[in-house]
Amino acid sequence: MSADPAPAVNEMPPRLQLRGISKRYPTVVANDRVDLTVKVGEIHALLGENGAGKSTLMKIVYGVTRPDEGSIEWEGRIVSIASPAEARRLGIGMVFQHFSLFETLTVAENIALAMDEKVKPADLAPRIREVSEKYGLPVDPNRLTHSMSVGERQRVEIVRCLLQSPRLLIMDEPTSVLTPQAVRKLFETLRRLASEGVSILYISHKLDEIRELCDTATVLRGGKLSGKAIPAQESNESLARLMVGSELKECQLKPREPGDIQLELTNLTLPSRDPFGTVLKDINLRVREGEIVGIAGVSGNGQKELLSALSGETLCPHSGMVRICGQPAGLRNPALRRKLGLTFVPEERLGRGAVPPMHLAHNALLTGAGAGMVRFGLVQNRAAREFAKETIAQFKVKCGGELAAASSLSGGNLQKFIVGRETRLTPKVMVVAQPTWGVDVGASLLIRQALIDLRDRGVALLVISEELDELFMICDRIAVIAQGRLTQPLPSSELSIEKIGVLMAGGEAKTAEAADVV
Amino acid sequence: MSSENRLGALWPFRLEKRPAPSSAMRLASPLIAALAMLITGLIVFTLLGKSPAEAFKVFFIEPVSSSYGIGELLLKATPLTLCALGLALGFKSNVWNIGAEGQLTIGAITGGGVALFLGDSLGHFALPVMLIAGALGGMLWASIPAFLRTRFHTNEILVSLMLVYIAQLLLGYLVHGPWRDPHGYNFPQSKAFAENATLPLLIEGARVNLAYLIALVLALLSWFFSSRSFAGYRMLVAGLAPAAAAYAGFSEKRNIWLALMIGGGAAGLAGLAEVAGPIGQLQPVISPGYGFAAIIVAFVGRLHPIGIVLSALLMSLLYLGGENAQLSLQLPSSITGLFQGTLLFYLLAADLFITFRLRRVVHAAPAVLAN
Repeated sequence: MSADPAPAVNEMPPRLQLRGISKRYPTVVANDRVDLTVKVGEIHALLGENGAGKSTLMKIVYGVTRPDEGSIEWEGRIVSIASPAEARRLGIGMVFQHFSLFETLTVAENIALAMDEKVKPADLAPRIREVSEKYGLPVDPNRLTHSMSVGERQRVEIVRCLLQSPRLLIMDEPTSVLTPQAVRKLFETLRRLASEGVSILYISHKLDEIRELCDTATVLRGGKLSGKAIPAQESNESLARLMVGSELKECQLKPREPGDIQLELTNLTLPSRDPFGTVLKDINLRVREGEIVGIAGVSGNGQKELLSALSGETLCPHSGMVRICGQPAGLRNPALRRKLGLTFVPEERLGRGAVPPMHLAHNALLTGAGAGMVRFGLVQNRAAREFAKETIAQFKVKCGGELAAASSLSGGNLQKFIVGRETRLTPKVMVVAQPTWGVDVGASLLIRQALIDLRDRGVALLVISEELDELFMICDRIAVIAQGRLTQPLPSSELSIEKIGVLMAGGEAKTAEAADVV
Repeated sequence: MSSENRLGALWPFRLEKRPAPSSAMRLASPLIAALAMLITGLIVFTLLGKSPAEAFKVFFIEPVSSSYGIGELLLKATPLTLCALGLALGFKSNVWNIGAEGQLTIGAITGGGVALFLGDSLGHFALPVMLIAGALGGMLWASIPAFLRTRFHTNEILVSLMLVYIAQLLLGYLVHGPWRDPHGYNFPQSKAFAENATLPLLIEGARVNLAYLIALVLALLSWFFSSRSFAGYRMLVAGLAPAAAAYAGFSEKRNIWLALMIGGGAAGLAGLAEVAGPIGQLQPVISPGYGFAAIIVAFVGRLHPIGIVLSALLMSLLYLGGENAQLSLQLPSSITGLFQGTLLFYLLAADLFITFRLRRVVHAAPAVLAN
């Protein structure tokens, strides 16, 4: 990167120019004559709802898929990128949204495994140190991955890409796992890279971030180019309009007096079953009728463990640690907790919230057995299909009908179906994990509104989310989980993003210290 | 990447995941496997110096060219169908009972024990009680891996497999020792079962008995259980997505117990049907490996009751053909095992193409073209 002379940007051919890229799949046109130009040293946002064709376009650039039509120019020359290895040879690096590192290996070993050439981890260590110091990405090459937070793991991924001296860095939703403070750090690094002439393609749906960070933006809608913009000159609303094509309504949270306690956690302490998991320590929480309580936190701080203790997938040491509608439920399994009035939307949709190869009617049956879909031990297929049909209609799930396999739905649509199912099972208490994770703007609104409607009907809701904006939008009170401990929830109106960020990072700083001592 | 290219030049295809599993391939795969097995078999015959046409006739045509032969086909298909039906329900729910052979042996012991010691006093009720005792015996044996898995997280594959050998040794001990027929000239076998403790025959002049009808009825019940009952649905979910089963609150323990009890009960019934049918007494060896062959039957039959009924007939034909080949062509008895093994081998290979397909690698021009 340092070889690139940073100035004289305008005279150079663009780093990457896509012209008329089309990619058709049997059922859908993923990209329809898309043009994209990324200049040298530019941070370029790629915006769009889920299914707008962002991923397909990036797969084409990174050599995973080949376009049906169109040309790719790299620094002024027409190229054909047949594989990710070729993309890397050209100087294209990609930081994936879900990075997979081997927990039991060190940073250097993980990076050595992912390199195209064979390098000994020991030889790699000084290079890792050099890059990480240069770009303010503190990473210790000899540290074992399992002791690292998600933010730290992302740094490993970025360092891995930087070691190959990329001239174009593709980042797919990089901030979804970071604290607000870590986002600042990441932006500094990206700006520094850009100033050295590295071009950055930044995929995100967080409009605030894009407006702050990116020089230009290309917006996709339904596979087509819907516009180009200079984000700094746009508002969130105008960008959203480009993405969705219509005006967006905001969720309204009318003040409401909460009622009786419906979900109560008392001194919940739970050792982790997973050696790399988080221990829950002395968690106390009360959720009342007609309120939404949010739990913020960087992932990996005990959310997974807390959720499974709430749903009953992990049983508690004492029955009184979890109370649902006043009944001690700590020792009850998920089916029994459902009978008490709890419904639950898990973080993983495919494989946990839904059975991938089964059709939607049978996926309605997964948690809907109590709603008339089973009689005398026999499955009532008609009732299950009816339920699925109504859910699909009410939540505008895009699918091939109630007999479509769950695995055939896009992530956002499956989430709408699962939220719809759990909502329509008339809960008294509802626990929702990452309600709109990876869900597009329009569907997010629908899901959030559904949760608010439930609250207004007197349901007690607990929402665990990594998106602070979302929590502020829909929650009456917000608590923060860090290091397996939960702070007392405070009214959203008394909190700021910065204040929550400090609470979230407080936990993270502690881990880093602990690890340094080791 | 240079190695990638070199490989690409030699083998111009690439395995690629299908967008959705192919249901056509799911059905075609056992047929392809059977055909490939047949071709391999004929090649083996040729290598052994036998005429392939003659061998084919001996193996696949002669055994079923008489009504007695058809009866034998159904007779051998009986334990295979019974065991495979029970195993398939378990396999579908992620419970890997490999010990049907042992459960079959114990079923023969418990059911046979009833015939030997209570047969006279039970009169007309002897057979029903024996059937129940056989099924319970199989369940008892299967309850060992079920208990160890649910209580101590042991692996049911290993436990159920090891119990096969214990069951066989137990049978050996009984027929060599306490249950040996005192008037049997010291042969290691029990007394022959009385008339009222023997399964009635279905066809005059053939050995197939009532147990085959029982197997067909159970196939129907098993189809109903997995397609209509909520219990069957829960087992299916446990197999397809264990995390979803946990999320829905379907008990993992109940699933393991149910799967092993069904598998054990069906295998126990199969064992009883052997000793109360063609064998007519207890002896050291009562099965040429039906419990193991049933694993292949279950998979070739796509874990579906109708498929299992059909694939049990195929497997039964392999047993008969193997016996005939020993007699007429002087081939070793391991020929049956060879066919069974190649069938499973080809099935597993063909199954890969349910979720994957071969794609020709398009050789692109060098990555960078000069402008």
